[in-house]
Amino acid sequence: MPAQVRVYRSRIRSAQTTKKITRAMELISASRIAKAQQRVAASLPYARAVTRAVSAVATYSNVDHILTRESENPRRAAIVIFSSDRGLAGAFNSNVLRKSEELAELLRGEGKEVVSYLVGRKAVGYYRFRRREYVQDWVGGTDNPDADTAHEIAEAVVGAFVKDTDEGGVDEIHIVYNRFVSMLTQTPEMLRLLPLEVVEGVEQPGESEVLPLYEFEPDSAEVLDALLPVYIESRIYAAMLESAASKHAATQRAMKAASDNADKLIREYTRLANNARQQEITQQISEIVGGADALSSS
Amino acid sequence: MADLTVNVVSADEQVWSGQASMVVARTKEGEIGILAGHQPLLGILSAGEVRITAADGGRITANAEDGFISVENDTVTIAARAAALA
Repeated sequence: MPAQVRVYRSRIRSAQTTKKITRAMELISASRIAKAQQRVAASLPYARAVTRAVSAVATYSNVDHILTRESENPRRAAIVIFSSDRGLAGAFNSNVLRKSEELAELLRGEGKEVVSYLVGRKAVGYYRFRRREYVQDWVGGTDNPDADTAHEIAEAVVGAFVKDTDEGGVDEIHIVYNRFVSMLTQTPEMLRLLPLEVVEGVEQPGESEVLPLYEFEPDSAEVLDALLPVYIESRIYAAMLESAASKHAATQRAMKAASDNADKLIREYTRLANNARQQEITQQISEIVGGADALSSS
Repeated sequence: MADLTVNVVSADEQVWSGQASMVVARTKEGEIGILAGHQPLLGILSAGEVRITAADGGRITANAEDGFISVENDTVTIAARAAALA
C-alpha cells in the first residue's frame, strides 16, 4: 500500500516543520525572559523609593487625601486587566481573564457595577467577541512595556476615581495581572489599587533618636497630591513588567510542550511508516513467490 | 563631615548612586541644598537639573522631571519617571 506510506511521510514532514517553528519560538522567548526579568529588577529602586516616600507622608502627617478615602457607599468598581497582545502562551490569557471574571462576579455580588479597562489585544478580543462594553484599551506594547503607557493608564484610572460616581466616576480600582513566581509558575493576582491601603517601609529611626520631623516642600497635602498618582503609576508599571515577564515564561513553556509533542508524533509516525513499508515488501515477496510457484507447478 | 548616600532613580533604571558631599535640587519652592545631617525632607521637584557634588569632588548633573526628592538619615533619593544624567 504505497498510499499509506506516503500519508505517513507527509505527516512526519508536517510535524517536523511545525517543530522547527515552535523550537524557534521557544528559544526566542527564553532569551526574552531574561531581559524582561532584568527590567523588573531595574524598576525596583524606583518603586521602592516611591513606596517609602508615600508611607513617609502617610506616617508623619495626618492628611486626608481623596485617593485614600474609602467611599461610604461604593457603587461602581473598575477592573484593569493586564493580558498580552499575542497568544501561544498556554493558559496565560485565559487564567487572567478567568480571574477577572471571578473578581467581577464578587464585586457584582457586593452590589457594585463593574467597568473594565483592558491592556493587551487578547483581553480586547475576549470582550469584543462577547460584545461587552469596556471603557478604554491599550494594545501593542505588552511585550515591552514602557513607563509612558503606565503613565497614561494611571492618568485614566485616577481621573475616573476622582470623578463623582454620578458623573460616571468609579469608587474602587482593582488590577488583575499575572505575577511571575518562577520560570514554571505564573499566577494570576488581583490587587485593589484605589482607595489606597496603608503601606509600610519607612526606615525606623534609631533608639536614641527623636522621631524625625519631616519637612514637606511645599506642604504635606501638596506632596501627597503629587506623590499618590506617581505611586499608582509605579504599581501599574510594575504589574505591566511582571505580566510581560510572565508572558514570555508562559510562551516558552507552551512552545517547549509543543516541540516535545512534535517529537513524539514524529517518532510514532516513523514507526507506522516503517511498518507499512515492511508490509508492502512482504506482500510483494509473497506475490512473487506465489507467482513462481504457480508457474513451476504448471 | 559625613557623606550623603545618594540614589538617582528613574522608572526603569537606577541612574546614579554613590557618596556625595552635597546635593542641590530645585523644588517647587526654589533651590535647596542638602548637606549631611539634613532633617528628613520630602519635596516635589520642578523641572530642572539636580547637581550632585560627589565625595571625591567630581560633579554630576542630572535632569529630573516629574519627580521628588526625599532625605532621611543622610540618604538622599531623587526619583523621577524620566531621569537622566546630563
